[in-house]
Amino acid sequence: MKAFTQHKGVAAPMDRANVDTDLIIPKQFLKSIKRTGFGPNLFDELRYLDEGQPGQDCSQRPVNPEFPLNFPRYQGASVLLARKNFGCGSSREHAPWALDDHGFRAVIAPSFADIFFNNCFKNGLLPIVLDEDTVEQLFQEMYAEEGYALTIDLEKQLVIKPNGETIAFEVDEFRKHCLLNGLDDIGLTLEDADEIRAYEAKRREQAPWLFDAVK
Amino acid sequence: MPPLDSRMLSIEEMGLMGHQEHTKQTLYDKLWQDHLVKSREDGTALIYIDRHLIHEVTSPQAFEGLRLAGRKPWRTDSIVGTPDHNVASDSEERAGGVAGIRDEISRIQVQTLDENCKDFGIVEFGINDPGQGIVHVIGPETGATLPGMTVVCGDSHTSTHGALGALAHGIGTSEVEHVMATQCLIQKKMKNMLVRVDGELGPGVTAKDVVLAIIGKIGTAGGTGYAIEFGGEVIRKLSMEGRMTICNMAIEAGARAGMVAVDQITLDYVKGKPYAPKGEQWDKAVESWSRLHSDDGAHFDAIVELRGEEIEPQVSWGTSPEMVAPVSALVPDPAAESDSTRKAGIERALEYMGLNAGQKITDINLDRVFIGSCTNSRIEDLRAAAAVAKGHKKADSVKQVLVVPGSQSVKAQAEKEGLDKVFIEAGFEWREPSCSMCLAMNADKLGAGEHCASTSNRNFEGRQGYGGRTHLVSPSMAAAAAIAGHFVDVREMQKEAL
Repeated sequence: MKAFTQHKGVAAPMDRANVDTDLIIPKQFLKSIKRTGFGPNLFDELRYLDEGQPGQDCSQRPVNPEFPLNFPRYQGASVLLARKNFGCGSSREHAPWALDDHGFRAVIAPSFADIFFNNCFKNGLLPIVLDEDTVEQLFQEMYAEEGYALTIDLEKQLVIKPNGETIAFEVDEFRKHCLLNGLDDIGLTLEDADEIRAYEAKRREQAPWLFDAVK
Repeated sequence: MPPLDSRMLSIEEMGLMGHQEHTKQTLYDKLWQDHLVKSREDGTALIYIDRHLIHEVTSPQAFEGLRLAGRKPWRTDSIVGTPDHNVASDSEERAGGVAGIRDEISRIQVQTLDENCKDFGIVEFGINDPGQGIVHVIGPETGATLPGMTVVCGDSHTSTHGALGALAHGIGTSEVEHVMATQCLIQKKMKNMLVRVDGELGPGVTAKDVVLAIIGKIGTAGGTGYAIEFGGEVIRKLSMEGRMTICNMAIEAGARAGMVAVDQITLDYVKGKPYAPKGEQWDKAVESWSRLHSDDGAHFDAIVELRGEEIEPQVSWGTSPEMVAPVSALVPDPAAESDSTRKAGIERALEYMGLNAGQKITDINLDRVFIGSCTNSRIEDLRAAAAVAKGHKKADSVKQVLVVPGSQSVKAQAEKEGLDKVFIEAGFEWREPSCSMCLAMNADKLGAGEHCASTSNRNFEGRQGYGGRTHLVSPSMAAAAAIAGHFVDVREMQKEAL
């Protein structure tokens, strides 16, 4: 996994509550057996005026001029500002893959759906929870200033505004550690393989019907 | 061994049996404790996973990850695979097996699952195997998922299996790989929520209506961060299949896991299932499962209460499962909403759905009807739909009514009972087991602007097809809507029939 330490990037809006993962990446793109290439289809149904198909050249498709991520001022944006319950619905990891592939490194929202939130950390994408009023203020400032860029310092757990003001955010210690160092958590878990085996042996004794039933 | 029904002990008796440890625990606390391999200083924990279900959509990248790292699955006997999302419901296409899947990228995805299962020695119910079906239907029906288990799948509706008194939730593909490689998940304990539905359901009101009413009450983020236990008289009286419908949609209330305590109904359901324990092991299992309920006085961080009598058949009108109303109600008016974000949400939803504020729910006309999905494709769902459809014809204005059984086993049982004939005589289409139009990854989808009465779980924009308009309902409400051509209160139809 790629590490996340400090990042500065232009902020772009996804200004609606309850953005679901079907909206982030529609189902027809889930047929891919790869982890990459989902970027051009991020928010597909909002970004384009036609129905997208897998494998299509998206540069030839009619673009929705009213969708903010298509505005020239948000091109190259890498910090997404969003509203509450972002990422609800399906567990598809294709959602963070699509955000990452499009170039987003962080999403800031008042709340996230659990599975999506978790999936982000596995892909070097940082979801940041800030209170609703703070997020609203960021939206207003972003709308008012073209090129509005935020700096995110994971080590210090700070969002830094263009004027230098800082906003602190919370992040789990373990997730922070993995992100800062770009660690593969499977490797970390396997360091505890002996304890897993010991638990398993005990469980096999207590509940033998859970083992070898399906073969 | 005493008869089973006398084995459902009171809490005091459980204490005497020495099962109860220290403090009063919720069902979730017990399941968590039972699977705790290790608590780490940083507040995370390693939780052991008993059953891992896989399907073709969310597993290929996990297998690729394993291969790239030179790893193997920790315990192949914990994994069960089946293709469900990309397989056709159309009998003719289905008869061609994997090679017959017309959409090339769908075919590659199903082939990839077959190859991965074969390469790693994982049991798979292939496309036309008698064990095939929607992963959340075949788990309980085969006994692959059991009370007291931790169950995961790269699919958010894994919460379904919590109905058995299991800790079951959806995971992302990175976690699919993590569970395959380590048999564990890195977790933080969730908070406990009790949703208690007391009283009694009126005739014609089903588990689907109960869970839609719950989501309408607490919202799609109401359960975020919680494991929800569903309890109360109404839940206790529900069949296992009804409880599965409720737990299935816990995720639509934001909760990764939903669950119901083990009782006699659970044991009667599980007994005799192909992968369920037998003989002495059954007795031992029953004994260990008898403590799978929340202790009296256990602490819940949140409690939500509903009365069964107050729940009417529900219909969703918007683009989020919380946008739901009783069938007798009117489509809401955004002008009456004071919160600006919510107001904007309602306005956008009404525009997408092509509905007017204040319009009667029963005035919504349907273009298609879908009866199926991991929420409502089990035999009781099909019986309920058939009971309404029997002797009627679908309305001419309804283009298509799909009935898609959840598994090969459900399909066989329905055909044995003659339900397929009831549907076909009513002008409905009887299809092959698959996820089908719930998420439209196979050929079954809505056209732009079409309204669909659907027994599935999500009414998100575009979910059932580009520009499609989904209304979530119960199987009997869907069948009634198919006949009338618009939503009707199924209770009125049922009264007329008497």
